[in-house]
Amino acid sequence: MATLSLRGITKRFGTTQVLHGIDLEVADGEMIVIVGASGCGKSTLLRIVSGLESASEGQVLIGGRDVTALEPAERDIAMVFQNYALYPHMSVFQNMAYGLKIRRLPKPEIERRVAEAAKLLDIGHLLDRKPRQLSGGQRQRVAMGRAIVREPHLFLFDEPLSNLDAKLRVTMRAEIRRLQRRLGVTSLFVTHDQVEAMTLGDRLMVMHQGRAAQVASPMEVWAKPADTYVASFIGSPSMNLLPGIMAADGVVALDGGIQLTLPAPIAGATGRSVTLGIRPEHLAPAPDGIAMQVELLEPLGSETVVHGRMADGTALTAKLLGHVPESGELMLRPDPAWLHVFDRETGQRISA
Amino acid sequence: MRGRNIWPHVWLVLGVLIFSFPIYITLIGSTHDGATIGRGDVPLLPGTHALENYAQAWGAGGGRYMGTPAVSMLANSLAMALLIAGGKIVISLLSAFAVVFFRFPGRMICFWAIFITLMLPVEVRIIPTFEVMVNLSLVNTMAGLVIPLIASATATLLFRQFFLTIPPEFVEAAKIDGAGPMRFFRDVVLPLSVTNIAALFVILFIYGWNQYLWPLLIINDRGLETIIVGLTKMIGGGDSQNEWNVIMATAVMALLPPVGVVLLMQRWFIKGLVETEK
Repeated sequence: MATLSLRGITKRFGTTQVLHGIDLEVADGEMIVIVGASGCGKSTLLRIVSGLESASEGQVLIGGRDVTALEPAERDIAMVFQNYALYPHMSVFQNMAYGLKIRRLPKPEIERRVAEAAKLLDIGHLLDRKPRQLSGGQRQRVAMGRAIVREPHLFLFDEPLSNLDAKLRVTMRAEIRRLQRRLGVTSLFVTHDQVEAMTLGDRLMVMHQGRAAQVASPMEVWAKPADTYVASFIGSPSMNLLPGIMAADGVVALDGGIQLTLPAPIAGATGRSVTLGIRPEHLAPAPDGIAMQVELLEPLGSETVVHGRMADGTALTAKLLGHVPESGELMLRPDPAWLHVFDRETGQRISA
Repeated sequence: MRGRNIWPHVWLVLGVLIFSFPIYITLIGSTHDGATIGRGDVPLLPGTHALENYAQAWGAGGGRYMGTPAVSMLANSLAMALLIAGGKIVISLLSAFAVVFFRFPGRMICFWAIFITLMLPVEVRIIPTFEVMVNLSLVNTMAGLVIPLIASATATLLFRQFFLTIPPEFVEAAKIDGAGPMRFFRDVVLPLSVTNIAALFVILFIYGWNQYLWPLLIINDRGLETIIVGLTKMIGGGDSQNEWNVIMATAVMALLPPVGVVLLMQRWFIKGLVETEK
């Protein structure tokens, strides 16, 4: 139905620069999740796409049409807000029909579209109720319904799940994904929750301090994080980042004295200061591994998260299968295939 | 327990009696003939002249000038109070809407200018206002009576505070829905403000109804006399006997519309409070 292109979007509020040139190409029907810590500019970016905020520089193209100068209503988009923004004095039907009424669609057409969306979302029996008579999940559905009836080119979600309780959030997450696939509408989804990001998106855009740190599929972001920020932000518990130096092209010497061999040598990197990344789940007990003094256990049932320190006092976290002794020393060996090497100065990934 | 609970009730009943006693006296006074009250007796039981007193007050008037019938004064007062209350609400709604939802140069200056007029009561600016009305030849007209009282800083301020509690997402949702500012005002802001409007209407109607100084100044024409001013004019300076029976009948009639408004709007009030729409 429509593609979305962002070209060199910047945003300044007075002298503070919030966005430093964001470029993004979204394919037709794709769901992009913009994820980042609070204050990284993700909501501002979404508001620029919606037209509620204007960019300082750059262009927004929806379906190839430059909409940078257009009002939100003219952009053919629909937005789901964090607090749903349902008008409290209107019934569910009126809430969903409001945008269509303003566009002067004929009444039978409005009724048909609302009925269809209501059926799709299973809220047909709620159409006469007021928002305050609905539960959180039902309000969420109505907010979705209001977006769907517009039949927009682009869906924008501004942290729509963060007001729901944990269980409902998981259900609604799956539902949003299913719905988006079924309707095939290009979507942008903003969240600060990395699990939401991983499960929902075709691709993720990890934002950090107003820049896109990485744009890639969830598995790629997890397997090949572009820099140390992405590496520590995605994945739970977060990645161990250990300072070291490239002793030889394929060997990293950690500051604590331990040497680890990479699966493939990195040409011409000898002597470079690096940060070695090891995910907690890629550490496994082995007699010839790194010694770790156990400090704290977090049993999760099938797995146990172990917090401890290496011989030189550097903190280390591991996620191990099965039972782990309460205290004492553990010998752990990282899986060499899953070692990540980053430049210590810039934080950028150094690929083999 | 019962013994302890009785005293608050005793005090309450006593308070109610003290407050309602003058109204009772008025009510009783309006049922006797002029001579009874003129003798100096203050009767505490209803008399038999109610009908003729009310008929005289309603149709002919009484007092010093054998003046204006209450029916025309009531109509004038009603028109004035409704115009003032309605006008104040419309103007305050619109100006609060402008101050809260629009970003325009001098917005805060406008707001403070409105705010400062709160500190200027009608009495302070009554001479210049009178001069303006004379220059505009609005003396002795309903427009001259109403217009100087029609803007309200208090109501603007109250609506502003209420509008600030409307979540900004409503504005954004409306923008995406394609609703223009006035459409948003009509479809969202106004329905959400109904309770506040009802509450303010009660206060402003009574404010308008009880206006005394300004109508006294601007209206000389008997045909435009308001009931509050007319009532005081019925009471003489002591050189002749006052027709207290007719005056009291008029006072009772002057009392009824504000009471009616309070009773009527109270239902809206409570309805708005019970069904919190937010």
